[in-house]
Amino acid sequence: MRIKIRNLLILILAVMAVYGIILTVAELPPYGMPDNPVHNEVSERYINNALEDTGVLNMVTSIVLDYRAYDTMFETIVLFTAALAVVITIKTSKRKENGK
Amino acid sequence: MKDFILKRMASIILPFICIYGFYVIFHGHVSPGGSFAGGIIVGLSFIAFSTIYGIEKGRKKLPEKVLVWTESYGTLWYGIMGMVGIVKGAPFLANKLAGVDLGIPGALNSGGLISFIGFGVGIRVASTMVTLFFTMMEEE
Repeated sequence: MRIKIRNLLILILAVMAVYGIILTVAELPPYGMPDNPVHNEVSERYINNALEDTGVLNMVTSIVLDYRAYDTMFETIVLFTAALAVVITIKTSKRKENGK
Repeated sequence: MKDFILKRMASIILPFICIYGFYVIFHGHVSPGGSFAGGIIVGLSFIAFSTIYGIEKGRKKLPEKVLVWTESYGTLWYGIMGMVGIVKGAPFLANKLAGVDLGIPGALNSGGLISFIGFGVGIRVASTMVTLFFTMMEEE
């Protein structure tokens, strides 16, 4: 009996959540329109000034390695940490097996 | 693996794949691609080599010392390139603000510090891929 009431509550909550998500998606602006709020002064500035500011023809590189250089730096640190974690986990487990 | 055709074809193709990876790294600022994609290609050439010829020969091509060195100093190289801005009295990782010569757009030596930073990121990605592969292959 108790489980049935709990399942009913879960069902009501799930229906409410899906209803909210569908309402939000219906309110989104159409994909790819030029007057969407994503196409604001930030992207305009990059498109107009990237060549002048960085002297680089590839705009993706100018954003990744110049405008957002901090982000890329910590991305490389994330790579370093991932490799470090794998090496530490596997090498120490191997040593333990050999020790036994 | 003891496949004769595979080994001969790999010995012809793999050097060009490795060179192409370095090409993509060094031309990241004038053509499509970049340091991450180029680093993956360089790492892939070494991974394919040690898959075809065996892990021992792959280890001989890239000893653990080289891997540890590139693994550690790739990120430090990025930091050193960022310190150029501080030395010249500009913010960390500044490029045009630090007064670096940007060159003619489209030339290989354009973009100031961007190509140097890209080289560091490229060898970093390549060494990470190769390290993960070697560690996981040697585990079994």
